[in-house]
Amino acid sequence: MQYLTDRKRAQGLGAGGAGAHHHWVEIATSIALLFIVPLAIFVFGFGMGGTREEVLAYFAHPFVAIVLSICLIIGIYHIKLETLAAVEDYVHGIKGKLTQIAVTGFSYVLIGTGLFAIARIAF
Amino acid sequence: MADVNRGNRPLSPFMIGPYYRPQITSISSIMVRITAIASYGVVVLAIIWLLAAATSDAAFGFVDGVLRSWFGDLLLFLFSWALWYHMLGRLRHVIWDFGYCLDLEISKKMGWGMFIGATVLAVLTAIIMAMGSA
Repeated sequence: MQYLTDRKRAQGLGAGGAGAHHHWVEIATSIALLFIVPLAIFVFGFGMGGTREEVLAYFAHPFVAIVLSICLIIGIYHIKLETLAAVEDYVHGIKGKLTQIAVTGFSYVLIGTGLFAIARIAF
Repeated sequence: MADVNRGNRPLSPFMIGPYYRPQITSISSIMVRITAIASYGVVVLAIIWLLAAATSDAAFGFVDGVLRSWFGDLLLFLFSWALWYHMLGRLRHVIWDFGYCLDLEISKKMGWGMFIGATVLAVLTAIIMAMGSA
């Protein structure tokens, strides 16, 4: 008789070594995408096409700054998960680990830089 | 029930390429991943544009000029297609994950729906943007 529970058997498995957690977070952020993608496209898109003064005034609006900040954080977090899943599938061993670290680092650099740019205009 | 064999587990083979004919199910699936990774491009562009706007007239003039050229328009159109496609592809994953539409026929229809839907949404976006900036 096995004394392991089903949950314990699944723990640490999967290509990412995280059981079903990675998959669940991808599904959760996928639902968020249904709001984020239209918002990001239209809120950002309507800010384009003006003079520099018009652009600065538009992106300094609290609604625009907050919406784009949220889209940036969750959007990058989602494509980071997607890219890490691709790395887990195609790049293995130490090379895979280093690639995962590089993708993660690049993603956080983009979040940090993007938030800085939005804040720079908003304040 | 999951087994406790942690070493010698079967791996799913990579089948796209010479071993397996391209089908709408496999192609629409790989495109979800490709559009996700391609989305890094539009984020980088958007951040460079915002940083340029925050920096100086000269920097903004240059970056804004590139994005508003025909090449920039084409690039933004393709990126908006990728974002819409990825959103629809991920919606398909959510629908599947909740246990619906798992039949092959409806899966194929959703695959075509993602390509057609993303194209319609990207064209609509371009039209709305063109009217908004006129």
